[in-house]
Amino acid sequence: MIEILIQGLLLGGLYCLFALGLSLMFGVMRLTNIAQGDFIVLAAFTAIAAASLFASHPVLAVGALFPVAFGFGYALQRYVLNGTLGKDPLPSLVVTFGLSIVIQNALLETFSADPRSLESGGLNTQSLQLAEGLSIGTLPLLIFAAAVACTFALQTLFQHTALGRAFRAVSDDKEIAELMGLDSRKVYALATGIAFLVIALAGVFQGMRTTVAPSDGPLLLLFAFQAVIIGGMGSFWGTFIGAMALGLTQQIGFRIDPGWGIWFGHLMFLGVLVVRPQGLFPKTRG
Amino acid sequence: MGVESRDARGATMSLVSTTSLTAFYGDAQALFGIDFRLEEGELIAVIGANGAGKSTFLKALTGLVKVSRESIQFDGEPVGGLPPGQIVKRGLAMVPEGRRLFPSLSVEENLLMGAFAGRLGPWTLPRLYKMFPILEQKKRLPATSLSGGQQQMVAIGRALMSNPKVLLCDELSLGLAPIIIKEIYDAMPAITAEGMSVVIVEQDVTVAQRVSRRVYCFQEGRVSLEGASDALTREQISQAYFGMIEQESHS
Repeated sequence: MIEILIQGLLLGGLYCLFALGLSLMFGVMRLTNIAQGDFIVLAAFTAIAAASLFASHPVLAVGALFPVAFGFGYALQRYVLNGTLGKDPLPSLVVTFGLSIVIQNALLETFSADPRSLESGGLNTQSLQLAEGLSIGTLPLLIFAAAVACTFALQTLFQHTALGRAFRAVSDDKEIAELMGLDSRKVYALATGIAFLVIALAGVFQGMRTTVAPSDGPLLLLFAFQAVIIGGMGSFWGTFIGAMALGLTQQIGFRIDPGWGIWFGHLMFLGVLVVRPQGLFPKTRG
Repeated sequence: MGVESRDARGATMSLVSTTSLTAFYGDAQALFGIDFRLEEGELIAVIGANGAGKSTFLKALTGLVKVSRESIQFDGEPVGGLPPGQIVKRGLAMVPEGRRLFPSLSVEENLLMGAFAGRLGPWTLPRLYKMFPILEQKKRLPATSLSGGQQQMVAIGRALMSNPKVLLCDELSLGLAPIIIKEIYDAMPAITAEGMSVVIVEQDVTVAQRVSRRVYCFQEGRVSLEGASDALTREQISQAYFGMIEQESHS
């Protein structure tokens, strides 16, 4: 029983990392990034390629992925996605959906359909013995800790820094924020840059924990999306709780029957939509 | 001819001047050639009926409505149609109609947003809290949880935090009780004492005349009357306001 609980929460940690970028981009510019899962897979493959290209310094190579991810996210928002924003949400959905297809096929061309994984130096097989017959994996624990740290960092950034103030102001009323001297295009680009830092982290962890294949993206997006919706739009701790709820429910399902985990997650998601469609901790108005 | 009139305006060195300013909302023309000037330290009222173009005029000055570059001169430079952010950095700030505070920001955070333009000057948080002490007590609360009058103080404070040369106020009195309106306008002398120029857009003609030095009356996108506030008669204003003197009895 305790083991299911712990495993569920640890899985939730991974889903939380999948979801935070989505939550951030939706919170700041009401943009739903359909390619979220594919960007995570892209990050994982980039990390795998970097680690094998610079095999003498794999940690350094993977570390270099993060500034690149930030720059990529910044440029993507500044020069592509900003053009899709407006009252109508459709253009941004269509463009990110298109990006999703492009990324999947580009990965398929470059890396073939074989699943690959990122060498973690034995981290993925190490475990900590908590009690008699109860041990938890070091890597899942690390992922969980990273999820808590990222959620805390994003919430602090939003609530207590000038940049967070700018994010909230632009999200509240773009016209007035511009009247105050903010350049909303740059603010949006910074938000996406930060979202891509979390996406890169999620990709690296996903690549270490299991294997990644070019077609994995949509399923990752689905988990991320469910976590954000369950938690309620616009709150990072809400997203965290949503991810935990999803991880737990899936883990309970897996325990009953190995084929039921994801299905159980969907059922719980549907249940939340019926009972509390605004999510558990909604912050976003209208 | 346009060049001549521009040079003539330049010679008088008005802080803000518009020459034949036209503006559109989509396909609909809202302003039909507004000539306007604001001198340093002046408080001007713009009055007029609903839809006369007053708010569009302020939006044109602040860059929210695009107009031709040469039609607005500010501090000796053409600024028409510049992005709002650049205009506020040059020293032209607005208190928007309906206050438009940021709901997810606290009172103090809203005020700090005004300082984003990075202009230094007399207006700082302590100075604002001295003028509106109630805001200091409520600085941690969400701005939109305050009463209407207090929200208006936040909106004014937010604009002042950019230490502008010109403060534009759009319908400060809208939806507020008369005693609150008086309290808000009582703060104006403290603002203009710093040499700041102020343009107020006001539906209440009596208030507008009382607080301002000069009045512009707009009617259907044109200036229908301009003059010193204490020199204009009720009849003149009514005619300029409604277009027809007969309609006065209906108001």
